[in-house]
Amino acid sequence: MIRNFITAGFMLALSASSSLAATEITWWHAMGAELGQKLEAIATKFNESQTDYVVKPVYKGTYPETLTATIAAFRAGQQPAIVQVFEVGTGTMMAAKGAVYPVYKLMADQGEAFDPKSFIAPVVGYYTDTEGNILSMPFNSSTPILYYNKDVFKKAGLDPEVAPKTWAEVEDFSRKIVTSGAAKCGFTSAWITWIQTENLSAIHDQPFGTLENGFGGTGTEFTFNGPVQVKHWGNLKKWADEGLFQYGGPVGGDDAATKFYAQECAMTMNSSAGRAGVIKNAKDFTPGFAPLPYYDDVTKEPKNSIIGGATLWVLNGQGDDVYKGVAKFFTYLSQPELQADWHQFTGYLPVTNAAYELGQKQGYYEKSPGSDVAIQQITRGTPSVNSKGVRFGNLTQARAILDEEFQALLAGTKTPQQALDSAVQRGNELLREFEAAN
Amino acid sequence: MDTKRTIFPNRVLPYLLLAPQLVITLVFFIWPAGQAVKSSFEREDPFGLSTSFVGFQHYVRLLGDPLYLDSLGRTAVFAVAVTALSMAFGLALAVAVNRLLKGGRFYTTLLVWPYAVAPVIAGLLWWFLFNSTTGVLAYFLGQLGIRWDHNLNGTHAMILIIIAAAWKQVSYNFLFFLAGLQSVPHSLIEAAAIDGSGPVKRFFTIVLPLLSPTTFFLFIVNVNYTMFDTFGIVDATTAGGPAQATNILVYKVYNDGYLGLNLGSSSAQSVVLMLIVVVLTVIQFRYVERRVQY
Repeated sequence: MIRNFITAGFMLALSASSSLAATEITWWHAMGAELGQKLEAIATKFNESQTDYVVKPVYKGTYPETLTATIAAFRAGQQPAIVQVFEVGTGTMMAAKGAVYPVYKLMADQGEAFDPKSFIAPVVGYYTDTEGNILSMPFNSSTPILYYNKDVFKKAGLDPEVAPKTWAEVEDFSRKIVTSGAAKCGFTSAWITWIQTENLSAIHDQPFGTLENGFGGTGTEFTFNGPVQVKHWGNLKKWADEGLFQYGGPVGGDDAATKFYAQECAMTMNSSAGRAGVIKNAKDFTPGFAPLPYYDDVTKEPKNSIIGGATLWVLNGQGDDVYKGVAKFFTYLSQPELQADWHQFTGYLPVTNAAYELGQKQGYYEKSPGSDVAIQQITRGTPSVNSKGVRFGNLTQARAILDEEFQALLAGTKTPQQALDSAVQRGNELLREFEAAN
Repeated sequence: MDTKRTIFPNRVLPYLLLAPQLVITLVFFIWPAGQAVKSSFEREDPFGLSTSFVGFQHYVRLLGDPLYLDSLGRTAVFAVAVTALSMAFGLALAVAVNRLLKGGRFYTTLLVWPYAVAPVIAGLLWWFLFNSTTGVLAYFLGQLGIRWDHNLNGTHAMILIIIAAAWKQVSYNFLFFLAGLQSVPHSLIEAAAIDGSGPVKRFFTIVLPLLSPTTFFLFIVNVNYTMFDTFGIVDATTAGGPAQATNILVYKVYNDGYLGLNLGSSSAQSVVLMLIVVVLTVIQFRYVERRVQY
C-alpha cells in the first residue's frame, strides 16, 4: 500500500514535469525481461511516429500484481490509462463496469476504425460481452501446446518427427521412454488448471461451468467434475504413480520447465509463449512442437484449445485527449506488421488474421517449423459453447483451489471424483461470493 | 512492583513529549486497525464501486469453514515449532560463543548474518536447497532413502517453512541470549564451581533462571514473528501449498486479500489474527511473567 502511494506520487511528479510537450498515456504491464524490452520498443516506435502523445509503459510485476496494483491505484484515483490484465482477471474487469471504458466504445467515440472480425475468432470470443462487443484490446494471447525432446525420443527408439497425438500414445511413448532409460519421466505439465482442466474440457467439448462457461452471466456454477475430467485426473494420478508423469508444481508450474530443460522429462505441456524460452534453454537437444493430446475414445475431432495471456483494458477517469491518444495507439497496435513481429518474437498468437497471413507470406512458418502449432490448434473447427473459453469471477482463487485439490489427488488423500467434486463445491462458493459483491 | 510517582508541575509538556509516539501509533496502527475492523463488516467489489454492510457474515463463514479451522491448527504447529527451534538454537549458539575466549566477535558477526537476509530470499534459499529436482539437500536425503518432495508432501512442506522461518530468527535470538549471558555475574558461577557443581548443573540452576527475562521477551517476540512476519517465507517457498498444508493464518490473510481481492473476508481474518495475538500476549504477561525473575 505504501509502495503504491510512493509510486503514485512519483508518477504524478513525472507527469507534471513532462506534460508540456505531449499528452501522456500511462500503460501498466506485466511483461518482464525480453518481453518487456520488446514491449518498450513498441511504445517507443509509436512515440516516434507522432508528436501529440507519449505512451509510457510501466512494469508492475506479475499479472496478479499488476491487477492488484491497478485496483489499488483506482481506489486512490491514480489509475493508469491502459493496463494489461491476464485472461483470468477478465471476469473481474468485466464486472467492474464503473471502472472500465470498453474498447469498442472508446474506438467508436474517437472515430477510429475497429473491426471485431479482423481478430482471430477464439480471441474475440473471449473478450466480448453477450452483445458481441469487444471490451478490451487483444494484445498477447497464447494457448498451451506440447513440447517434446527429439533426442530423447530417438534414444527411446521412437520416431523423433512423430509426437503423440492421443493420450493413449502419450502413455505408450512415456512408458517406452522410461523403460528404455532414455529419460526419467515421460511428461510433465505447467498450469494443471489451465491446461489439464480448462483446455482439456474445451478440446473434448465438455462444459467447465453452466451459462456457457460463465459467458452468460454471473449466476453460473462450475461443472468440471464430469466423466472426462475425472477420467483424466485419474489417469494423471495413475501415471504419476508409475513414474510416467511428474508434477511440475502449482499455478504456472515452475518446475515443469526445469524438468524439461534438464531432460528429466521428455515432454512438457506449456503456453505457446514458452516457445522462446524452450528454444533458448534447449542447448543440448532439439525441441519439437505439437498440439495438445486428446482422448480418441471421447472425440474423433478435438475442438479448439482456449487462450491465455492478456489484453489491454482502458480505465475510466482520464481526460478526453488521453482517450484520443489511447485510441490512436490501439490502431497502431493492430497493424499487421507490428502484430506479426510481436507474435514471431514471443511465441504469442498472432491476434489478428492479417498478422497471421503476413507471417505466411513472409514464409515464417516454413522457416521455423512448429511455430504455427498454436495458431492451428486454436483455430481448428468451429468454437462450441464449451470451447469458446471460460469466464468466471474470482477465477484466480478458483484456480488455486483446483491446484490444491490436484495436490490432494497426487498425495493420495482424495480420489479423482472426490477432488473434483470438492473443487466444484468450493469454487461455487467463490462464484456466489462474486455474484453477491457485483 | 513498587510504585514511585514523580509529580511534574508542567501539565502540557508530558503530552507534548508523548505526541510523536501517539501520532505514529494512531496513524500506523489504530487507524489501519480501525479500517480493518470496519471493512470486516462489509462486502465490497475489488474496485470499491459498491459497498454493502453484511454484519458478522464474514466471521460466521470463517468459523464455519473447515479450511480456516485447519489453518488455525497449522499455525499453532508452525508457531510452536519455529519458536522452540529458533530459541533453542539461538541459546545453544550463544552459549557456545560465550565460552570462546578468542574470536567471539567474529562468530557473532557470522551468526547475525541471516537476520539481514530478507524473508523472501531466506525462503528461496531453502527452497533451492530442498528442491526435489535440483536441490543439494534433497539429493542427500535421497541418498539416505528419503524421497523429499515439498511440492506434494504436506509434512515436507511444513518442515521446509519451519526450517526457513526458524533459521532467519536464530540470529535475533542468538544476539539477545548472548547479551543476556554476558550479564550473568561471573562470581556466581565461580562460587558454584568451587562448591563442586558441574557445567550442566551450573547452566540449568544459575544461568537459565537469570536469563528468564530475556527468554520471556524473546518468547513474545518470536510468537509475534511467526504470526505476522513469515508470509514472505511462505510465499517464496510453498505459497501455502500443497493442498493448503502450509497455509498459515498470516499467509491466508495475504492470499485472500491481496491476491484474491476478497477484502471483507481478509479483513475479518486479520482482525481474528490480531485478537489471537492480543490474547496470547495477555496470557503470557499474566501467567508466564510471574515466573520471570528480574
